[in-house]
Amino acid sequence: MMDYAIGHINYWLIIAVMMVGLYTLISRSNLIKKLAGLAMFQTAVILFYVSMGKVTGGTVPIMSTDYTVYSNPLPQVLMLTAIVVGVATTAVGFALVIRIKEAYDTVEEDQINIMDNQE
Amino acid sequence: MINDLILRVVTKWLSPTIILFALYVQFHGDYSPGGGFQAGVIFSSAILLYALTYGLDAALKVIPETALRVCASFGVLLYAGVGVASMIMGGNFLNYSVLANNPLTGQHIGIIVIELGVGITVAAVMILLFFTFARRVAPE
Amino acid sequence: MSLTINLVLLVFLLVMALAVLKTKHLFAMAMLFGLYSLLVAGLFVVLDAPDVAFTEAAVGTGISTVLMLVTLASIKDGHEAVSTGKTRVGPLIICVVMGGLLIFGTHDIAELGDIKSAPNQQVALHYIQQGQAETGVPNLVTAVLASYRGFDTLGEVTVVLTAGIGVLLLLGQRRKIHVKTRAGSNDK
Repeated sequence: MMDYAIGHINYWLIIAVMMVGLYTLISRSNLIKKLAGLAMFQTAVILFYVSMGKVTGGTVPIMSTDYTVYSNPLPQVLMLTAIVVGVATTAVGFALVIRIKEAYDTVEEDQINIMDNQE
Repeated sequence: MINDLILRVVTKWLSPTIILFALYVQFHGDYSPGGGFQAGVIFSSAILLYALTYGLDAALKVIPETALRVCASFGVLLYAGVGVASMIMGGNFLNYSVLANNPLTGQHIGIIVIELGVGITVAAVMILLFFTFARRVAPE
Repeated sequence: MSLTINLVLLVFLLVMALAVLKTKHLFAMAMLFGLYSLLVAGLFVVLDAPDVAFTEAAVGTGISTVLMLVTLASIKDGHEAVSTGKTRVGPLIICVVMGGLLIFGTHDIAELGDIKSAPNQQVALHYIQQGQAETGVPNLVTAVLASYRGFDTLGEVTVVLTAGIGVLLLLGQRRKIHVKTRAGSNDK
């Protein structure tokens, strides 16, 4: 039981961080806070994948004659792509926030809905 | 723009060092952690530091915006160009082994050139993003 | 030992995420967000992934935080309105249920660091054993990224270029354009 808990507590804590990010995304109405929550959610998912590739007693996956056991390089490669795509999405999101502010003069989602329903 | 003396002196000393480190990370990606993406972002952070300390106009004199737009597209063109070159030499798309007589040398050439393309595009796009956002800040 | 470091960093990360959720002052939230990215980069180093740590530190702490600060300076809005700070029951229930389902799903995942688990045995073993011989590059992450999975990297660079084009199209004009001109229907 203790081994099970010690082996899995990593994943449970990462899932908790993921859920805090998701809650920030769906419950706050300020657009910039929503974007920060989205970025936190993405980073926690990436952390989950990279932690699945770790091997105890292994080392960084760069071949050298001093070591025989290496950590898994495949999740790291896929997550490199994911991080860069995440920052591209966040940048376009911030550009949209600036344009929304110019169009509606507010960045609170409730007030934008009220202004849209008034038309 | 900021009149703080320590900031200006340290930035003047740090920016070239950061650019040098970015070039090191770019070309040593084969033997140590590094590669195109990391080098591009580190290069752009050196230009960002300069722009934050000395103002947007000074940074635009260092790198004009047309050059950034050309560089961003040139990186992707370089990457796809390597793929097309390997097709011309007789292999599949992005098969680097046919680029030279020895397959291992061909792989090495292919990897270095595409990492260069990736680094150029990422650096140019990140600097372009910052300049486009910074133009919207109203002058105080 | 490295498990202790892992746990300490993860607890810091959870505290940082809760702080970003609760803060009302948006500039402070941007700083906390940068600190969150730095902690994640530290975790990547402990998990034997220095390439990913490099990228996350440079991109998360450098580019994302700077863009958030420039957006805040551009819209000149430093505080969140007070009324949106309350807990909403619906989203909270959704998040708790989803978290519970995910934790139930990790029942079958192998323990952290197991070399006999499925992700570490199939394709990755081939990359570790044959990677340097087939590509001539000692850094396995660069070998897989540039040579074995070169297509994905081409797509990724195109995504970065597309994001740049998108931001240029949205914000490229010099003067500010007002889309909706309202005569007094602004109730803040």
